[in-house]
Amino acid sequence: MYVGRERPTGGFELFAWFFMRISGVVLLILVLGHLAIMHVIHTVDEIDFDFVARRWASPFWRTYDLVMLWLALLHGVNGMRTVIDDYVHRRGWRVVSLTVLALVGFVLLAMGTQIILTFEAPLGREVAGRP
Amino acid sequence: MYRGREGMWSWILHRVTGLGVLLFLAIHIVDIYLLGWPDVFNKLLFLYRHPVFRVAEVFLVAAVLYHALNGIRIILVDFWVEGTRFHRQIFWAQVAFFLLIWIPTSWVMLSPVVFGK
Repeated sequence: MYVGRERPTGGFELFAWFFMRISGVVLLILVLGHLAIMHVIHTVDEIDFDFVARRWASPFWRTYDLVMLWLALLHGVNGMRTVIDDYVHRRGWRVVSLTVLALVGFVLLAMGTQIILTFEAPLGREVAGRP
Repeated sequence: MYRGREGMWSWILHRVTGLGVLLFLAIHIVDIYLLGWPDVFNKLLFLYRHPVFRVAEVFLVAAVLYHALNGIRIILVDFWVEGTRFHRQIFWAQVAFFLLIWIPTSWVMLSPVVFGK
């Protein structure tokens, strides 16, 4: 009989277990919506700087993208942590790989958050279709 | 009865698709960060418009879709008592949903690449 990963009994691991499931359900809606809009309805042929500038003129899409970024990255980094836990057994390598994971995750989160929150279409640049 | 059955394959695929999507997410954060340099950003877009990426894009959708549907299956098995009893039926329902969504989506995404606009 198939049984999933055992539910942790408490502490951070239990929190992480619930986080993966709750963020997963939210991401299902956000990411599939994002894919439908940006990769099926629109395509990479239309998407360029001006497209993003028009899209991010709306606080709704900035918020959408910010929530998606945080949930997806934390979900992904925690998943990677589980994979490292499963395959990397030597103490030294564990410390190295978990540290690198935490650092890369932090830098990516900072980069993504910065661009979503501080992006401005440069002054004087014509952005077609923008009021 | 775990090894070699549906449970093992869905577990392996969940890992592989999860890692693949995480890798693309990392690349995607870097490319979006380049919005700070509009001309560089626009110039590099040729990479994403290349036919090789357009095909890879369809597999990205497959990875996300599989991971999402399999995530639902895991939640059903975890939280719904009957989920464990019906786990094989749930697995095959998942395969059906996957194909039903992925095949038409791929058709829509790839036809401009294959037939032109």
